[in-house]
Amino acid sequence: MRMSVAPENRPIVIASLFVVVILLAGTAYTLSTAGSAPLLSPNYLLQQLQTGSFLGICAAGMMMVILLGQIDLSIPWTLTAAAMTATAVGGDLALPTALGVGIAVGLLNGFGVAYLRIPSMIFTLGVDTVLRGLMVAQTGGFAPQDTATPIMLFLAKDKLLGIPVAIFVWAGVSLLIALMLTRTGFGRSLYATGSREGAAYLSGIRTKWVIVGAFVISSVCASIAGVLLTGYSAKAYQGMGNAFLLPAIAAVVLGGTHILGGKGRYIGTLIGVVLIVLLNSVLSIMQMPEAGRQIIYGSVIIGMLLVYGRNQRVTS
Amino acid sequence: MTHKAGWKRWLFQNIGFATALLLLIVLFLTYNILHPRGFSSAVAIQNSNETAAIAFVAMAQTLPVLLGGLDLSVGAVMTLTNCVASELLNGSPWQILFGMFLTLLTGTAFGFMNGCIVVYGRIQPIIATLATGAIAIGLALLIRPKPGGNVDDDLGWALTNSVYDFADTYGLADGGNAWWLRPFADIPVPIMLIVFVAVVAWVPFRRSVTGRTVYAIGSAEGAAYMSGLPIERAKIAAFTLGGFFAACGGLYLAIQTSSGNADIQQAGAYTLNSIAAVVLGGTSLLGGVGSAIGSLVGAMILRVISFYFRILDIDPLLQPLIEGVVLLVAVSFGAFRTLRVKNQLDLFR
Repeated sequence: MRMSVAPENRPIVIASLFVVVILLAGTAYTLSTAGSAPLLSPNYLLQQLQTGSFLGICAAGMMMVILLGQIDLSIPWTLTAAAMTATAVGGDLALPTALGVGIAVGLLNGFGVAYLRIPSMIFTLGVDTVLRGLMVAQTGGFAPQDTATPIMLFLAKDKLLGIPVAIFVWAGVSLLIALMLTRTGFGRSLYATGSREGAAYLSGIRTKWVIVGAFVISSVCASIAGVLLTGYSAKAYQGMGNAFLLPAIAAVVLGGTHILGGKGRYIGTLIGVVLIVLLNSVLSIMQMPEAGRQIIYGSVIIGMLLVYGRNQRVTS
Repeated sequence: MTHKAGWKRWLFQNIGFATALLLLIVLFLTYNILHPRGFSSAVAIQNSNETAAIAFVAMAQTLPVLLGGLDLSVGAVMTLTNCVASELLNGSPWQILFGMFLTLLTGTAFGFMNGCIVVYGRIQPIIATLATGAIAIGLALLIRPKPGGNVDDDLGWALTNSVYDFADTYGLADGGNAWWLRPFADIPVPIMLIVFVAVVAWVPFRRSVTGRTVYAIGSAEGAAYMSGLPIERAKIAAFTLGGFFAACGGLYLAIQTSSGNADIQQAGAYTLNSIAAVVLGGTSLLGGVGSAIGSLVGAMILRVISFYFRILDIDPLLQPLIEGVVLLVAVSFGAFRTLRVKNQLDLFR
């Protein structure tokens, strides 16, 4: 019997299958070399998901922007700026400060893209550079407080019912985003604007507000990830967000979201993140040197997209 | 049509490029006036050395952008070719020449591969090159796990100084003293190299059917297809030429620094700066408008701005901030377009 899968679910199914393949291949490797199967132990998987939650939250925000056919290159330093400002303020105000930084950066990005109509590719890049400059200027003359506050440590490191709190945060963000995409008018507007902004505008959607909203969500997600990462590494530091930009884009696209906007399901992004996190952990179990990791990483993205990410040929 | 009208039309069509060129001239002249040793060969040599690599990479980025795409692998390809060159540029003159050839071939082949993945794999350029960029970095790390290299000293000296030094090193034109070399003797070699590559590779490409097709695809791919233009060939050619330009950047970087360095951060920085340079040079990220010469100007603007920090007494800690603000303000000038739009719908493209 031939299983039929709706076209929009194909990436999700194939990516899930690949996740299983990675797990099996990794387990086969560890069984043959060490005679154990750490990849299949719940504790190990939870630990991987805990470190994956930072990427997962970044990718969730990035997906909002990619659904519009835009991109947010300011994620690295939004994350860093939120974390560094929050730790500098410290105390009970740390979390609101981080979120405030996220909202402010998102509003700025949204303003540039929606109202000034500057391509997001270059505007968010500029914002990223400015944020980096601000952080260098802020930390250069003196050393502001950079240790994580107790609540950050709790969110990133503690466990609740045997499960890391960070995973709950990731799950919470995921639930909110998934509900928003499928159950609210804003979610619908997001897809409509991403498909064809002109048509969305003519049908009465305030497309500029939608764009601003998406960028705010993206930046707020980055700042939440910044808070968690600060808690996880016990301090905020320059460049802490650099490792998240490209994997976040890759995760969103591997999950079947179209890079030109309008198509994609949140569950796909979730699986994309799990895929990248597991791939990384299997490669580190194999003690693959950085060169091999990069090559495999790139080849996997190309290979997966060749299977299900192909565009229509232009014929008219 | 009178000559003047044609000139005005050119200005209207290339307003972004003309503004960038004017900005560069003003910035550069002011810089040299403020510099205690301004307008000297030494300053020009130093400046052009620091500009050459990013100028080549910006030219490389132009082609995918003209198609309406983006190449996130240019910095990585530059890094890869940089590492290849750091292994090969030594030995006898013929070995060195062959090494250069292999270096350029590596980048060109990588660009060709990008083009094939985009055309036959039908994957969006931005995401395809994100992946191939990782592969390029991986290969670079394989070739050169630690920074270092062995580049011929004479070559490094000759190509990073003035034309006189070049002739002097290789005993050409009476050791650089020939009368016909006099007018050019003080020009830095890197500038000559950039102009040479631009004239030999870019200008003929732009005038060819393939080159014009690249512009047509960026404007309206469907229309280009219906007009019977060679779409697939043009896309592959654009990425291949992009790879070649990136390889020129990597080759020059190896000659300039006498080493190769498979640095992921550096590759990323070059890629992002190349996008900024392309936009500053008047090329539209939507595709179809702009030129590699514009990107050259854009790259020079980026570099000149950073040169100012050396002569003006600015707190080094503020430099990244000022660079960022200048970039953001410069690209925000594109917003003037929105003021001219008469119909809201024209904003959505």
